[in-house]
Formats: sequence, C-alpha cells, structure tokens
Amino acid sequence: MSDLSVANNTATKAFDVEAIRRDFPILAQEINGKPLVYLDNGASAQKPLAVLDAMDRYYREMHSNVHRGAHTLGDRATAAFEGAREVVRDFLNAPSTKEIIWTRGTTEAINLVANGLAPRLKAGDEILVSHMEHHANIVPWQMLAERTGAKVVPVQVTPEGELDLDSFNSLLTERTRILAVTHVSNVLGTVNPIAPLIEQAKKLGVITLIDGAQAVPHFKPDVQALGCDFYVFSSHKLFGPTGIGVLYGRAQLLEEMPPYQGGGEMIERVSFERTTWNVLPYKFEAGTPAIAEAVGLAAAINYLDGLDRKAMEAAENTLLVRANELIETVPGMEVIGTARHKVPVMSFKIAGLHPSDIGTLLDQQGIAIRTGHHCAMPLMNFYGVPGTARASFAFYNTLEEVEKLFTGLQKIQRLFT
Amino acid sequence: MTVSKQQFLDNPLGQKTTLEDVLDAFEFLDDWEERYAFIIDLGKQLPEFPDDERTEENYVHGCQSQVWVIHHYDEGSGKLFLLIDSDAIIVRGLAAIILVALNGKSPRDLLATDIDELFEQLDLFRHISPTRGNGLRAMVGKIRDIAAAETAA
Repeated sequence: MSDLSVANNTATKAFDVEAIRRDFPILAQEINGKPLVYLDNGASAQKPLAVLDAMDRYYREMHSNVHRGAHTLGDRATAAFEGAREVVRDFLNAPSTKEIIWTRGTTEAINLVANGLAPRLKAGDEILVSHMEHHANIVPWQMLAERTGAKVVPVQVTPEGELDLDSFNSLLTERTRILAVTHVSNVLGTVNPIAPLIEQAKKLGVITLIDGAQAVPHFKPDVQALGCDFYVFSSHKLFGPTGIGVLYGRAQLLEEMPPYQGGGEMIERVSFERTTWNVLPYKFEAGTPAIAEAVGLAAAINYLDGLDRKAMEAAENTLLVRANELIETVPGMEVIGTARHKVPVMSFKIAGLHPSDIGTLLDQQGIAIRTGHHCAMPLMNFYGVPGTARASFAFYNTLEEVEKLFTGLQKIQRLFT
Repeated sequence: MTVSKQQFLDNPLGQKTTLEDVLDAFEFLDDWEERYAFIIDLGKQLPEFPDDERTEENYVHGCQSQVWVIHHYDEGSGKLFLLIDSDAIIVRGLAAIILVALNGKSPRDLLATDIDELFEQLDLFRHISPTRGNGLRAMVGKIRDIAAAETAA
C-alpha cells in the first residue's frame, strides 16, 4: 500500500477505472433494480474476462490429466499447469517453483503446515498467533496444540486495531516455536508490520507463517524480502477462481515435513512393503489437482501485472480516504479499525442497528457488503460486538460507489427513525 | 419472572393483526423503503419477551442475529401460542409476519401452513430461502418442531 503522497494526478489519470470495469462482466448488472455496487471483495473478489477466457480455453483446447506424458494434450495441460506455478513463484518472488504448493485455499494451506510441523512440537511449546486472526489461522493451531500439548498464545490488539507490539515482545519467548500472523486483517484492514516481527522471530529460531489472504488483492508480497518460512493465500480473493490456493514454503522445511495427504501424484514408488514420497512440490499434492483453476489463477496474476500497480494502490487509497471523509454523514456510525496503515476495508457499526439489518437494507439498494463475525470471533469479543458490517473495496470500485454506500446508509437510518 | 399464559394470549400477531391485514397493506407498498418501513413497524408489535426465557433451550441456532422462540399450548382451545424475540430489527419484523401466519393456530393447521408460499407472495422469499443464512428458516423449523411435538403428545 502507498500513502496519499503517491496519489498524484499522473497516477490517478493513468488508472482508468471505467475501462477496468469493462474487464469484469459481472459488475455490469442490476440487483433489486439498482446497479450492482459490489463491496464484498474481502469475502471473494470478482473475475476479469482474462480469467474466464483462460479457463474456457484450457477446457476447450488442452484439458487432460497432468504429469502423465503419454500424449500431446497431457503435455499441453502439464505445460499450462506448471507454467501457472511459475507465474505464482514470480508473483511472490519465491526462489523456486519447488516451494510453490497448490492447495484448495488459505485454510488448507495452514492446515497442511500445522500438520507438517507436528513432529517438531512438544508439551510446553508455544504457537504465537494474534487476536485479529481469521479462524483459519487459529483453529488449525489449536488442533495442533491439542495433539502435541503445545499452547496457542494470542498477541493483543490495540483499540485502534493494530498489533500491540509490547504484547508481541513480551510473548515472543524461548518457548515460542511458531509465529502465525496475518499480513492484513480481514475485519480491520490493518496492514501488519510483519517484516520486523519475522526478523525478531527468526533470531529465536521461530518458524513463521504469514496469512496473506487479504494482502495479495491489494499489493504484492516478496517472500524473500520478508524472510518468512511460509506464506499462504487463496486464488478467489485475488480475482482468480475458487477452489485453489497457494502455500509458499521454504524448501528445507517442506523437505523435512511429512506429506499431508496420501494418494496419487505424491508418491515416487508404492509397494506394500515400502512407499516413498515424490519430490517437492508434488509430495504435498495428492490426487489430480485443480488444473483449470491453476491456469485461471495465473491469468488473474498476469492481468494484475498488466495494470499500473502504483496507480492501482493510489486509487484504492483514494476510495478509503473518501469513505473516511463520509463517516460523519451517518450519525451513530462507528468504524472499527482505525490503524494508520490500512487497505481499503471499512468495518463499522451503527448505533441501534444490528449488522444484519444494515446488510439486508443495503442489498435492497443493490449494494453488497458482508455482515457478521467475519470468522474472527475473538476479535468481535475484543470489540464487544456480535458482528460488524464490512465494506471491502477493490481497485474496480469507484468513488461514486463509495458515495452510494453512504447515501444508502443515510436512507437506512431514516427508515429506522 | 416467568412468562404468564396471558402474555401469550395477548400477542396481537395472528390474532388482532391478521394475515389479511398484512396482505392488504402490502398491496399498497410499492418500493422497498415502504415495504421495509412496514416490516419494521410490524416488528414493533412483538410483545415483550421475558428475560429469563432467553435460554439455550429457546435459542434458534443458525441465525446471524440472536433469536429465541417460546410457546404455550392451550389445552382448552387446542391452539398453539408463540412468542419470538430477536436483536435485529428486520428479523423482528419478519418474525412478526411469521407469527401473523402461524400464531394461535392448532398445531395441525400450523403444520399445514406453507410459509414459503406466503413469503413468495410478499416478495420476501429471499429471506426464507435455503440459501439465506439469516436463520428465518431455522426459526420456522423450530416452530414446526414445537407443533409436531404437540400433535404427537
């Protein structure tokens, strides 16, 4: 994310949001008789034509199973599939495609790592997470703790929605074995300062996993610069298809980890006496993979690479700035998560209204947001709310749409008073 | 404080306020604002819900908002009376519509009532459709379970 200083005129002009919107056919429709305003990108983002076309073309022209090598279609499918892995490697700036494992999504990637690290843990060890994690970055560690006798310890969050660094410093100890934190909070939009946290953890020999699910739609991570051991994300939030995600892992750790699931693809040799594992990354990819989805994800990344990244980040920030300006036009509206460094995500409550009331009545106006606990119940408890309403913006959203959200909220308020 | 029989009998929904009233009123509401203003108003007719009945047993799982349902079966008339509570305003209104259709009926008549059809008629079907996670369906399910238990008893 860039700060406002890069939102200069050249950058804004270079980013033609109307042209971009034409790349996303789903956006051009009416919901309940009103033009769709899609502000639920944090839950799942929409797909550009480039992704739809790539998947369609894959099935029309090259589908076959991969890594079999007996015929031409198989070669084409394999080339497309492994080509996609290379696109993801480049996206994360990972050293090698051996370190890019396809999973079903962020959730499966974290479960895979938690399972693989089990042999390293013993009773009394600690797994450091944070209070702002998605359940997917809490529950797999709790299950691991259950198995090993280790303990899951949460780093506190400040009222503004930033990681409490004092809490982090006091909880990162010689007992800590794993640090699993989110790059960007799905509820608050906070961008966590993960690089220094990883650096501190590494000094103590702590294994680090970063949940990048909410980060990658907004900026490109560099796993080598970050120095993390694992980085995970889902395709569907990155404008790619559902059903596929990515685990980046340092080769040395992946080599040492046991396989996650057994089956085809992941083996080298099978006999009833002794079965041996395939090499990386295939050791962790049992069964026929999501081939078309990998192709679709690569198309999404290539599409994003074709955009002016700086201008895109500046445009997103302009949306957030405008939303912040408009808060005061809705009496009783309170934003949850006011961190200094945020992606364009706005969680809020309105006095006297349940989040589901807000969601229902915005939907009547064609505006899609998320309401509920956002799979982050510990964070909801911290703020003492049953849930929040959340508007999460993408680069294809317009200032006009931000304004429609607030006009919509004003209408709702009039209805209740 | 425990809930008295009178509180159930005094519930206007399904008694003083009839399904016909609601259907008639809906005919004259043409935009979403008017329709939801009406639903919100209808929710205001939900009688006060006794605090000590907000228990796990009466809780309806599967709703984004908190919802409770309690009932009283009147042996004399053979009718089933219901009270519903929720912390979400729209859900209160939709619960009121459900009560207008189901409250004060015999369990057998209640089970024969097609709520889906009613919600379709009111153009509110999306609220009760299985794809919707707001738990109205769970609420209706709980009420039907209560009615089924009374017919079996």
